[in-house]
Amino acid sequence: MIEYWEPLIERMPVDELKAIQEEKLKSLVHYVYNHSPFYKKRFDEAGISPNDIQSLDDVRKLPFTTKQDLRDTYPTGMFCVPQEQVVRYHASSGTTGKPTVVGYTENDIKEWSTSLARGLTSIGIGRGDVVQIGYGYGLFTGGLGLHYGVEMVGASAIPSSSGNTERQIELMQDLGSTAMACTPSYFLYVNEVFKKLGISIANDTKLKCGIFGAEPWSEEMRRRIEEQTGIKAYDIFGTSEISGPLFTECIYQDGIHIWADQFLIEVIDPETGEQLADGERGELVVTTLAKEALPLIRYRIGDLTAIKSGPCKCGRTHPRIMRILGRTDDMIIIRGINVFPGQVEAVLMDIPEVGEHYQLVVDRENELDTLTVQVEVTEDVFSDKISDLMVLEKKVTKALQTVLNISARVELVEPGTIPRSMGKAQRVIDNRKI
Amino acid sequence: MENKLIKQISIFAENKAGRLEKITEKLKSANINIRAFTIAEAGDFGVMRMVVDKPEQAHNVLHDAGFTVSETDVLGIEMSDSPGGLHEISTVLGSNDINVDYAYAFAMATQKALLIIRVDNINNAIEVLENSDIRLISMEEVNKI
Ligand SMILES: [Zn+2]
Repeated sequence: MIEYWEPLIERMPVDELKAIQEEKLKSLVHYVYNHSPFYKKRFDEAGISPNDIQSLDDVRKLPFTTKQDLRDTYPTGMFCVPQEQVVRYHASSGTTGKPTVVGYTENDIKEWSTSLARGLTSIGIGRGDVVQIGYGYGLFTGGLGLHYGVEMVGASAIPSSSGNTERQIELMQDLGSTAMACTPSYFLYVNEVFKKLGISIANDTKLKCGIFGAEPWSEEMRRRIEEQTGIKAYDIFGTSEISGPLFTECIYQDGIHIWADQFLIEVIDPETGEQLADGERGELVVTTLAKEALPLIRYRIGDLTAIKSGPCKCGRTHPRIMRILGRTDDMIIIRGINVFPGQVEAVLMDIPEVGEHYQLVVDRENELDTLTVQVEVTEDVFSDKISDLMVLEKKVTKALQTVLNISARVELVEPGTIPRSMGKAQRVIDNRKI
Repeated sequence: MENKLIKQISIFAENKAGRLEKITEKLKSANINIRAFTIAEAGDFGVMRMVVDKPEQAHNVLHDAGFTVSETDVLGIEMSDSPGGLHEISTVLGSNDINVDYAYAFAMATQKALLIIRVDNINNAIEVLENSDIRLISMEEVNKI
């Protein structure tokens, strides 16, 4: 039987959902115009008045907002509420630029948790479950964000945060975790440590599913994880600027459900900014319909995906987005060809002889970009005949050439030599000085 | 037939400084004696192949140290340590359509040399060699060298 957290909303007919979105959008534009000097200025400069927004379609008249806007107005220049109404702050680390700060009112936290409660329920997590949260706690939204959703559905949260793998395993066994939330690459590492200890996730834990996100991962990687550990691997999506982790797949694993009563999504052509039709791949743009402290209008997240409309097998009517291919800023350009690490992963994981850990190394030799794909040689496939290993190298090279049209040098490396990460895996080492 | 097979240990290793040292150090501390050894190199990586006195133990020690290790059945062939010694063997193998994947050899103290080969069809090779009165060296004999 399919469980719902809020069945009436989750299965609401699409036209009713759209009516709700339209009402919320209309009041949102007045709200931000009146409460945030940033948006007032932005609207005025674009020659847009809140009254110009009369229908959902009118959303395309509104200007985009970007991460740069959040940086430029650091710390709270875009906020729509005074500090007294903010019950929590999160902040990005700012490793790649100025940090960004996101604030939440009491109601923002409630809406955030509700979004996750719907998602968690849709993958069968509720009272009686034990969810081990291996995302970082603190300024990063991953840990605390998911935590409140887990508590809302009545499951037990273990705030194990990231790192300390042997302790994670001990907690998983001793407290009987039924779900683990972390990055998919970290989960693979946890699985390796299980093997090293002579135990297995399938036989020695109660784990039934994983909630994996915070980095792009492929469908092929999902198959690997599920086959090797016997759990169901679910995708979770969100980004700190629009709250944190927010949306998940349901048990049918056919796209991530985006709650339309809370968020309005569009997919645009990243070059022209024009809206794309459902099913067409482009850049995801999100408008928050329910946020109070820091609402975002047409926020360009940078993730590349496509909208999947139409009801899901689970009965939910809200739009879904397809698996995230990567972010516009993850894209690497090799001799003029755009490559996403996720695409390379999909190719690699489709080759059974290739292990789950890989790394892309980009160099520039004599003014020419080179891509080296490092994969580990596991004992399962190791043949002591050099020719067999060369065949494997060629097979990977050819697959990358055929599917992605890139010529890469494939390098076989010893197992364990590609660094394991406790959080977001670093898949790309770009040595070019651009 | 079983006692004619020699268990060879093969290790996948990147061509990086210190890999060989790490491997030999592990074997040394486990008191394992190397009887024959070769490195085949292919660009970024290589495969080290060795015949040791305690193959099982060597396999475990290296596996636990994180190396990619496999065990392969090979044949040890005695040949005369004189001109034409190898030719005699390769003629027998060639005329019987036995394909050699790889081979390495070393001289022994006794006017004889030891040739290690990996072939596709090992049982067929044993039969052919024995019918041609070529002596195969067993694991026990390797340990006595
Ligand atoms: Zn669904």
